[in-house]
Amino acid sequence: MIKARGLARRFSARGRTVDAVRGVDIDVADGELVGFLGPNGAGKTTTLRMLTTLLRPTAGEASVGGCDLLADPVGVRRNIGYVAQGGGTGPGFTVAEEIELQGRLYGMSVPAVRARIAELAERLDLAGMEKRYAATLSGGQRRRLDVALGLVHTPRLVFLDEPTTGLDPQSRANLWEHIRALRAEHGVTVFLTTHYLDEADSLCDRILVIDNGEIVAEGSPDSLKERVSGDAASIVVPAGSVGAAAEIAGRLPGAHDVSTVDTTVRFRVPRGDTAMPELLRALDSEGITMTAMQVHRPTLDDVFLTLTGRTLRDAERKEPADVA
Amino acid sequence: MWRDTWLIFKRDMTSARRNMAWIGIGIMQPLLYMFLFGPLLEPVIKHTPGFPPGDAWTVLTPALIIQLGLFSSSFAGFGLLADYRSGVVERMRVTPASRMALLLGKVLTNAVMMLFQAVLIIVLALVVFDLDAPLGGVLLSLLIAGLLAIALASMSFGLALRIKSEEAFPAILQAVLIPVLLLSGIIMPITTGLAPDWLYAVSRINPFTHVVDANRAVFRGDFAMDALFTGSVVLLVMAVLAVWWGARTFQRENA
Ligand SMILES: Nc1ncnc2c1ncn2[C@@H]1O[C@H](COP(=O)(O)OP(=O)(O)OP(=O)(O)O)[C@@H](O)[C@H]1O
Ligand SMILES: [Mg+2]
Repeated sequence: MIKARGLARRFSARGRTVDAVRGVDIDVADGELVGFLGPNGAGKTTTLRMLTTLLRPTAGEASVGGCDLLADPVGVRRNIGYVAQGGGTGPGFTVAEEIELQGRLYGMSVPAVRARIAELAERLDLAGMEKRYAATLSGGQRRRLDVALGLVHTPRLVFLDEPTTGLDPQSRANLWEHIRALRAEHGVTVFLTTHYLDEADSLCDRILVIDNGEIVAEGSPDSLKERVSGDAASIVVPAGSVGAAAEIAGRLPGAHDVSTVDTTVRFRVPRGDTAMPELLRALDSEGITMTAMQVHRPTLDDVFLTLTGRTLRDAERKEPADVA
Repeated sequence: MWRDTWLIFKRDMTSARRNMAWIGIGIMQPLLYMFLFGPLLEPVIKHTPGFPPGDAWTVLTPALIIQLGLFSSSFAGFGLLADYRSGVVERMRVTPASRMALLLGKVLTNAVMMLFQAVLIIVLALVVFDLDAPLGGVLLSLLIAGLLAIALASMSFGLALRIKSEEAFPAILQAVLIPVLLLSGIIMPITTGLAPDWLYAVSRINPFTHVVDANRAVFRGDFAMDALFTGSVVLLVMAVLAVWWGARTFQRENA
């Protein structure tokens, strides 16, 4: 459905050049749900704008929805839907007017698009708001309208640039549900970007991790997490026995990265669930009572940390101030 | 393409209808000229040799129509910048709609608004200030007004999308429009009898001078005149170039 090779984009403005995307290869199969994960300024939007014919790549080539990006941009446009990060609703128009116009621009007939408005309003919780001006919608309602505009012509391939930013948990869950249904019922291929690790994790078959314009890893959420060596475990012990506990933990098979903070001992271990009972017994036999314990499976944040040496949140904080 | 043009045209007309107040403000400028400047021009024209033929209102009314075009259609791009910021432009560019249609729909809306205002000015001049102009001349004048709006609005949309700055755009327009206005003889006709040679020569280089001359000619009912021919050719060339350039801008950046 998408096949890109060496796609790159360099921006030059006022003597400064920014390599926003540095030659990425992307393959997305029919019916796949792929997530594009990366910190602010990583090049997600730029990549999407190239794949949707909105921005000319400075290098590379791609075929999207069966049409060549450079040779047949109109063919690409016919086959895709796109929801921009910043949305695209005119404040002075009503919900129904906006959806109708978008459907008509995609070549739909008036009756077809009217029927579709009712369907989308129902699906995206916009029912009853058809006559309201976009300017009067709340941020989340407007975001759902943006999504409706991108889906109005039932495209086979949709690009969603941070579709759930600004949505409350309930609407987020609804939209996830809708995205899953698109794929399950209509075989739609979805390519979305996100900041949210849980979103990428629970929604996507496959994740591409992008940092600084390059794809640094890809795979299913689980396979990515396997790259992180083991689960993160921590135990809390009485102040006097922290050193001894750390030593015991370090003797567990495969344990590593042992560290202590106050009365907490942290370490990584391949299988946290089976290692913990063992540790409990070992501590017991030394007369150390554990007061609390925690094990968690690696998160995508851990993946990002392993891959780039920074956490996603760090990467965002260190983002230069002039990046829009 | 015409279907898409019609869709965009309908959208922009809806928006224009909902914002009638702005059009009201747009038409204030020519109205003020008619009421506060027109009466001054009457005796001046009567007693000064060198003016183009015709009374004050046949000299002033056609010029005010061109001025309206210069100052309202040229700023059309400002509205596009708002659409650009809100992402509406991208949202339309990602559809298969023809780029020419995206431009033309907007341009035609602008032309219709221009005609609407031009009719208002002419009716007012006829009724209140006893302008004496032939019907054929008035209709031709509206054609000129429409073409002028198409040319100027296309340029404006093209310029706005290239500059992409709400600060720089009006500043550039002001810098260009004031000399264009003064050099086109809209307020004071620039004729061999009134102007020094160098000023006359410079004014002839300004394409809008020829458009103003043509519009004055049709208001006098002077259909055989050179001025009409030159003005029409200049206007047509401007319109074609402007639409071509504007459409190219909409196409730019695209893969
Ligand atoms: N039109 C532009 N002109 C100049 N630089 C740009 C332009 N668009 C993007 N950039 C730069 O390209 C880089 C990548 O931006 P992009 O918008 O693709 O990031 P992103 O991954 O979508 O980030 P976010 O998560 O914040 O949306 C940034 O450094 C940005 O400043
Ligand atoms: Mg982005």
